Amino acid sequence: MARFLIRRGLTMIALLFAISLVTFLLFIVVLPGGNPASMLAGRLANPSEVQLISHRYGFDQPVYVQYFKTMANIFDGSAYSYQSSFNVDDQIRQGLPTTVSLALGAGIIWLLVSILFGTLAAIRAGRYTDRVLTVLSMVGVSMPPFFLGAVIIFYLGYKTSILPINGYVPFTQSPIQWAYHLIAPWFTLSVLFIGFYSRVLRSTILDTLSEDYVRTARAKGLSPRRVLVHHVLRTSLLPIISLWGLDFAQVIGGGAILTESVYGLHGVGYLAAQSVGKLDTVTLLSIVMLTAIAVVVLQALVDFLYAVLDPRIRLA
Amino acid sequence: MSEPLLHVEDLRVSFATEDGLVQAVDGVSFEVDRGEVVAIVGESGSGKSVSAMTVMGLTRGPNARIDGVVTLDGQELLKASESQLQRIRGGSIAMVFQDPMSSLNPVYRIGDQIIEQIRTHQPHVSRAQAAERSVELLERVGIPRARERMRSYPHEFSGGMRQRVMIAMALSCSPKVLIADEPTTALDVTIQAQILDELRELREQTRAGIILVTHDLAVVADIADRVIVMYAGRVVEQGTLDELFYDPQHPYTWGLLGSITRIDRDRSKRLPAIPGVPPSLLHPPAGCHFRPRCPHAFGQCMQVPELNARVADAPAHLDRCWLTVEQKRSVRQVDGQIGLASPSAVVS
Repeated sequence: MARFLIRRGLTMIALLFAISLVTFLLFIVVLPGGNPASMLAGRLANPSEVQLISHRYGFDQPVYVQYFKTMANIFDGSAYSYQSSFNVDDQIRQGLPTTVSLALGAGIIWLLVSILFGTLAAIRAGRYTDRVLTVLSMVGVSMPPFFLGAVIIFYLGYKTSILPINGYVPFTQSPIQWAYHLIAPWFTLSVLFIGFYSRVLRSTILDTLSEDYVRTARAKGLSPRRVLVHHVLRTSLLPIISLWGLDFAQVIGGGAILTESVYGLHGVGYLAAQSVGKLDTVTLLSIVMLTAIAVVVLQALVDFLYAVLDPRIRLA
Repeated sequence: MSEPLLHVEDLRVSFATEDGLVQAVDGVSFEVDRGEVVAIVGESGSGKSVSAMTVMGLTRGPNARIDGVVTLDGQELLKASESQLQRIRGGSIAMVFQDPMSSLNPVYRIGDQIIEQIRTHQPHVSRAQAAERSVELLERVGIPRARERMRSYPHEFSGGMRQRVMIAMALSCSPKVLIADEPTTALDVTIQAQILDELRELREQTRAGIILVTHDLAVVADIADRVIVMYAGRVVEQGTLDELFYDPQHPYTWGLLGSITRIDRDRSKRLPAIPGVPPSLLHPPAGCHFRPRCPHAFGQCMQVPELNARVADAPAHLDRCWLTVEQKRSVRQVDGQIGLASPSAVVS
């Protein structure tokens, strides 16, 4: 166990280092095109001003020095956006509760609903229920959040006022208002994942149903429900869990850009969208690092859960 | 003896597939008595496994059509409700499957899988009692340190050990009938012998009837009392072990017997095999199903022969072949042993 944690920890650090390096080279060195100092100084700046700014921000230093300085700033919370001169970590910290609220609610909804739909489609394979669910999944997978969000806001928010149009209420302020404001975003974000996950689960269950040990379970005289829950679902859920870990981590890292933007949720995804628009490379770099950390940590958790669920897998 | 323990009459099973109707089992009848081992022999796809699984209701499904009568101690099984069948499966009839490597659930401990079966059929038994009984069962099938091994997972066991676990599990509710579907096929020969000993002992101790599905005639000779030979969904010959091995009546049985490796065989010759492949059950040949592969086929073989007793003084020895008993006894001798003549030898 300790060996697993140490080895895993080292791999995670190596991975994060690689990600940070590649992203830094892409964003800071390759992408913006031209000297960031001249961008900061504005269009009317004279060369000496540009040079002054260049020196102050360290753009005149070698790339590896710039890399370590930028990373140090990001991780000790003293990174400032070149464009808006706000503290990047403060911005992310402000957006994080919104994003985590969105991710948690939606993550639970899409996991549970897709288990339900996937199982139902599998045990009714080829019949009416399965066909209806197949069509629904296709619709879900092909439904972009900006369209679905707009439709929901127009009909349920603007026309009938059943749901709020946008905004976010912190959980600490009012849990009921918090959930009420998040229902539509949760639903919108979940739809895509439900469509995809339930298809994956359906086919995994159908594969598992033809396993010899499922036949054994039936030959033992177990009820169909017990066979399904204890012998089929237990193993079929593994791929769903690893998918969930990755997708959940992505949403935490601001991956729900469209959903957050449509509903005006000022979370990490919204911040990312804003930063892309302004070519705010330091903020983007910070958000990428947040995503990377979330993915790496959740992946480790998923691996751990795998070992718990399947005794053939050893942590080592 | 009055009523046989298990009675199967005119069992027919067909499956609707995308390519058409597959008649997997076409009119199979047999009986199994207490303490008797009945072997069902045939190539892959002959319908032997499907017959065995249908007895337990394991082939039921929207695409399956099942006809006939199966009774266990007078209770009809083919028309039994799903909940009645659940009580019978693993209770009065237990089954051991072919591949022990994949027949146990990999994510549960051995002990829990046996306990699960006991508690399903005897809900009043406590977990501790069921665990105690599982240890006894594992000891009985020869698992050393059974109490510790209860906590092992299937992947920590060898194939032979897993098959013992499967047998222990099958025995857990003292079944009246044990169906063993190629229980030794996936195992080494030495382990095979041990598993067969296990089955033999079980028959002595519990007087359970055993249906042994196999394609291995060596296994049959070792343990069976009566033998049913199936080919392409039909029974082509059935009788006692001695009748089948010493006076086989159907050319297919000759072929099977002729293709066994024997220690006294002339080693300079190739091991004889039955020419051709079994027919597709989607489009079985007209008449006798074995006709296209049979070197002795003649005009009458276009009609399906009845499964009748044809040998004098052997009313229970049945076969489906138009040849007379005298013809059969003369043509089945190949190189001094029973076998299927090669097609060229018959023509010349």
